[in-house]
Amino acid sequence: MFDHTSFLPTQELKNFQGRIQQVARDKIAPQAPRVDEEEFFNREVESLLWDHGLLTLTFPVEFGGYGQGRIVAFCIAVEEIAKVCASSALLLIIQAVGSFPIIHGGSNELKQKYLPQMSGGRKLVAYLVTEPTAGSDIAGIQTTAVREGSDYLLNGSKCFATSGGVAGVYSVLAKTSEGKGNGNSSFFLVERESPGLSIGRTESKLGQRGSNTTEVFLENVRVPAENLLGGEGNGFLIAMKDFDMSRPAIAAQALGIAEGAFEAVLQFIKERHTIGNPIADHPVIQTILADSAILIEASRGLVYRAAILNDEGKNNTKFASMAKSFAGDAAMKITTEAVDAIQVLSGYGFLKDFQVERMFRDAKLTQIFEGTNQIQRMVIARQILKEWM
Amino acid sequence: MFQLDEEQRLILQSVREIVQKEIKPRATTLDETGEFPWEAVRIFAKNDILNPLLPRKYGGVEVSTYTFCMIVEEIAKACASTALLLITQAEGTLSIVYGADESLKQKYLKRLAGDSQVLTGLGAIEPSVGSDIFSLPTRAELRGSHYILQGERCYAKNGSVADFLVLYAYTDRSKGSGGISALVIEKGFPGLVPKRDENKMGMRGAIYSEILLKNLGVPRENLIGQEGEGYSNMLKTLSASRLFTAAQAIGLAQGAMEEAISYARSRVQFGKSISHYAPIQFMIAEMATGIESARLLTYKTAFLFDQEEWKKAETYAPMAKLIASDTAMKVTTDAVQIMGGYGYMKDYPVERMMRDAKLTQIDTGTNQIMKCIIGRDLTGIS
Repeated sequence: MFDHTSFLPTQELKNFQGRIQQVARDKIAPQAPRVDEEEFFNREVESLLWDHGLLTLTFPVEFGGYGQGRIVAFCIAVEEIAKVCASSALLLIIQAVGSFPIIHGGSNELKQKYLPQMSGGRKLVAYLVTEPTAGSDIAGIQTTAVREGSDYLLNGSKCFATSGGVAGVYSVLAKTSEGKGNGNSSFFLVERESPGLSIGRTESKLGQRGSNTTEVFLENVRVPAENLLGGEGNGFLIAMKDFDMSRPAIAAQALGIAEGAFEAVLQFIKERHTIGNPIADHPVIQTILADSAILIEASRGLVYRAAILNDEGKNNTKFASMAKSFAGDAAMKITTEAVDAIQVLSGYGFLKDFQVERMFRDAKLTQIFEGTNQIQRMVIARQILKEWM
Repeated sequence: MFQLDEEQRLILQSVREIVQKEIKPRATTLDETGEFPWEAVRIFAKNDILNPLLPRKYGGVEVSTYTFCMIVEEIAKACASTALLLITQAEGTLSIVYGADESLKQKYLKRLAGDSQVLTGLGAIEPSVGSDIFSLPTRAELRGSHYILQGERCYAKNGSVADFLVLYAYTDRSKGSGGISALVIEKGFPGLVPKRDENKMGMRGAIYSEILLKNLGVPRENLIGQEGEGYSNMLKTLSASRLFTAAQAIGLAQGAMEEAISYARSRVQFGKSISHYAPIQFMIAEMATGIESARLLTYKTAFLFDQEEWKKAETYAPMAKLIASDTAMKVTTDAVQIMGGYGYMKDYPVERMMRDAKLTQIDTGTNQIMKCIIGRDLTGIS
């Protein structure tokens, strides 16, 4: 439907997109309604994503990464999959987010040990940062890591952990020194089998219900010092850099959800049109189509601009936040109006049989996670002021 | 207008108590199971609020439209689905009140009186608003003492549970909207086949049924008014229903705002409760401003109904429904936003409210159609 060409610099990326589109349409799309309805983590889709190398796109090339243009490739994959199933796209995102501290903070030995386990051994990773009392305020975490000889002892409770109950490896943020500043926390790689680590309850959610969201508890979990990622006190810094990658990806997810809803409306119009109903000419429908298309194209511009900057190693913090907030807000508006459009066309939009109501519920999360859209505006304003003052 | 009289004060106080004690605790389960609120039917019937608009003449309490809106609002603060129960009852009731002759009123309205648990409702897909988008699927043909109704895809709120329903059907297709008539049908009439209750995103405690009309015989005396009066009856009834949807949306928005404010005051981030932060305060300010302005327009519209200024009311009701439901959508979406991850979880009521709010933008005609109606009314284009 939409022309990606100006954003896809190489033929290779275009081919890549085509392959994913086909997998998404043929294999993932048919599973999406049931995954949502029954709210379960779909191992079948997970295997499929491994088979196509989509869960290691952001890894170094020798461990299954995409290589040059990997963040653009990653965003393309997320977008294409989110068109048919946002939950499945979220698995790609969390895999990249959770492995980021390992890839960018782990020693060579650590990477040699764990990355093959993850890529070859198909281990999922979760990102344990959020706590019941620390959401947007990352520095407010209570989980502690205390040095004991050659180990650290971790204690704390994490919540809203995507893939929390299905991961084999965790990147855990914990305080390594007293105080509440940004230099007091550090990331650790923790294995699922570590004694003292337990999974709490699985959350029931409004949308993206095929993603697994759990509490994770750490009770005197002993972690060898070599599992410290990026040195003591660098946790906050790593988390911020992780955001520069993850926010364009969330934006790509929002973009995909919006396009999925948009295409559902078009499909509906086409079906009606073939039975002789000239609804496509109705101004109500045309307004919705035009408004949605404007927002989709504008989102795409921001998403891939933020992704390309990241691939080029340039500061993309402002564009990452712009992409995330704009595309998330756009997805919310587009899916809301897609429900209206199908309702105008048929009286059906609100019903579970039509997938736009799921997309509407899925879209809401894109305004919330990886920093709420309110936090994004704060980040954008700070970046602008930094540039100008 | 802003000073409640003694009767209103007492009614609202009693509604508030019932809502706190009986309705609010059931809202989550109702949403989860998608069951009909039978318990609410029982409780409302016992307390004279299942049909508060029912005229005194037929044994009802006959509250004003304004009072009814406030009742709907109170219930919707805790559970929009349960508020919809009252709206649906009002639709079936008002259609008969507005258009039926005395004997038909005696026959059906009396059944709703006192502590009756008789349920009613309305079966309609809104016909064309100047476009070919909608078509009324039902046809009625007079054969001797009965109208014979045929309809493939007919939707009715309360369709599978109502004891009697008002249906709109073409008695003369060639006359367009002037060929529409309203009829009362009863549960148990042969040929009335409930197909299924829809599985919906929100308002899951309300029933939308697809019904099939297969040679459904309806006694001639069940025609509301005269043949061809159905369209004006439908406009009047739907206008009232739009007003009530506005009241429902306001209650829903108010409920969500209260949840968000209480969360914002207790949630501490960066060393302070998040209610201290400008983005949160702005969202709350916009919520309250939106709710209060929508409420004013809604009460003004209710006043027009009570003054029987029908023509004006038919333009104002879509305006009230448009602003109130858009406000409810924004307020509930922002309430989830303020509550962040918690708001997105099923443990808190705001995600349900957000799903429920979506229907207020759709029910009784989408907001896009509301704009068409308002625009046409004001420009004089029909």
